[in-house]
Amino acid sequence: MLSIPVHYFLILGAILFGLGVVGVITRRNAIVIFMSIELMLNAVNLTFLAFSNYLNNVEGHIFVFMIMVVAAAEVAVGLAIIVAIFRLRETVHVDDIRLLKW
Amino acid sequence: MALESILFWLFAMLAVGGGVGVVVHPNPVKSALFLVVTFFALAGEYVLLMAHFVAIVHIAVYAGAIMVLFLFVIMLLNVQEESRLAGVWGFMRYFSVVLFVALFVQLGYFGYQGFFGAENVPLVRETEIGTVEQIGTALFSQYVLPFEIASILLLTAMIGALYLSKQKLGLGEPARAARVKEALHEKEEAH
Repeated sequence: MLSIPVHYFLILGAILFGLGVVGVITRRNAIVIFMSIELMLNAVNLTFLAFSNYLNNVEGHIFVFMIMVVAAAEVAVGLAIIVAIFRLRETVHVDDIRLLKW
Repeated sequence: MALESILFWLFAMLAVGGGVGVVVHPNPVKSALFLVVTFFALAGEYVLLMAHFVAIVHIAVYAGAIMVLFLFVIMLLNVQEESRLAGVWGFMRYFSVVLFVALFVQLGYFGYQGFFGAENVPLVRETEIGTVEQIGTALFSQYVLPFEIASILLLTAMIGALYLSKQKLGLGEPARAARVKEALHEKEEAH
């Protein structure tokens, strides 16, 4: 038996998720916003694994595996989009890219 | 204090410190390097949670593949440091703090309370469910369809990324070539 309470991991996950949200809202560089999203995905992974250990259930691990697959796909497509925007506009500052905003 | 607790606090502090670095550092390259620190610390936490398979895959996929992709794109694009960190809406900085506290209370405090009220606080236990063998058995028996769909998703993403990067965008190639030539000429003259 390890001597770490499960809720420590949940709190760590909450802190990391909050940091990711702060990054998405305050940063204006599209690539850094992407990195903050990765931070949030990892916080969710940590929470999944903590509950998986608590419930002694393998499904949490399967979910984490799927989240990793989706994150990899998202990064590949997202960075391709950012590169395309940079080739078009020569900027990745999200305040300059607002064609689809109201 | 047991060794596991010391490791937990060490990795937790590294993860949070790296996360703060990602969010506050104005240079995107250094943000990415802070993110690598966070990923390694999180892999340590996964090992403490007896999730060995996920820890290894996490290092291979995130710290290996995804971070290389990030650094590659940052250096390819020659991204400048952010001069307008807060963006057009200055109040977003304060709003984000409010949102952080709200999210933290929602996710962290209530999760804490749910377990804190219990008679005996549940501890992380030693299980076999995180081993490669267990995950493999689950993945190739009960969850074989999601596994195959994941492979299709990855293929689609790969084709999409290729399509996006092969497109001709913005200035036509001749104009771009002329501009590159001009820039080189200027550089030569400067020397």
